[in-house]
Amino acid sequence: MKCIGIIKELVNYLDEALDPTLRASIEEHLKGCEDCRIVVDTTKQTIQIFCKSEPAPLPEDTRLRLREALKTRLRRIRT
Amino acid sequence: MNLCAIEDLCYPFMQNTEFMSIPKVNPPEPRPPLPSTVVKDDEPVLVAAAKDGDIAAFETLVGRYERKIFRLAQNITQNREDAEDVMQEAFLKAFEHLPEFQGNSRFYTWLVRIAVNQALMKLRKRRPNQVSLDQEIDTGEEPVFREVEDWGPSPEERYKQSELSQILSSVIGELDPSFRVVFQLRDIEELSTEETAEALGLSVPAVKSRLLRARLKLRTKLNRYFHRSEKS
Repeated sequence: MKCIGIIKELVNYLDEALDPTLRASIEEHLKGCEDCRIVVDTTKQTIQIFCKSEPAPLPEDTRLRLREALKTRLRRIRT
Repeated sequence: MNLCAIEDLCYPFMQNTEFMSIPKVNPPEPRPPLPSTVVKDDEPVLVAAAKDGDIAAFETLVGRYERKIFRLAQNITQNREDAEDVMQEAFLKAFEHLPEFQGNSRFYTWLVRIAVNQALMKLRKRRPNQVSLDQEIDTGEEPVFREVEDWGPSPEERYKQSELSQILSSVIGELDPSFRVVFQLRDIEELSTEETAEALGLSVPAVKSRLLRARLKLRTKLNRYFHRSEKS
């Protein structure tokens, strides 16, 4: 497999959605291609960083406005 | 160094009215749960109570997800006021349409889809001539091997949580909306590829194509901060 093939299959490879033969072929390529290995590793890290990141606390004024909107409008929806 | 190109197999976003309506609920495909996505045991009870009109139960659900929904809205709209409106409308619509929620998917997945619809409507309203998710995206060559450097110690070790949040928010904001939304749903909210496709009215190959482009672009942008020689 060539580098372009690795990139084309990157989504399925990282999402573990490849059949074992294709997966083995990609892993064989990665053993001998430093550039592809780095691209695959750092792309994997990119996903993990975003996936693991905790959202910041809600700003207090935003939270208060949300509570106020819910308080007045939820009851209206139910009646 | 070789420059590789990827083929863009994207399909244009569909312009259908169903896309803007409250999403139908389909069973999600099984995925291993991550710590941040484990459903608390009391969630079905809270949802059932909220369906019966228990406002306190619904407010508990709001408290559980408000931070994530606000981040989602902010990432998509790139505007704090719009994000606040989107969050409020999403929770209100969720409450209003709770009787239609059948419980075949996670409540959060259903809520995310409502919030995304609200955010996309806001985005279109604010910049009708600048933002079209239906447009053909750039099909030119994408240099993948432009920034090929190993990253150093893990970003969590190198940056404070607040710094890291700022970096992530900034780089995702630089993406085209059509990439941003797909990445947000698939890799941050952890919807399956099929759920993402259904939520956005896209084909599965289109989601995969946009996801590939989004992941590679973000990798290149994060490289500025995380490559070995930076801040080490």
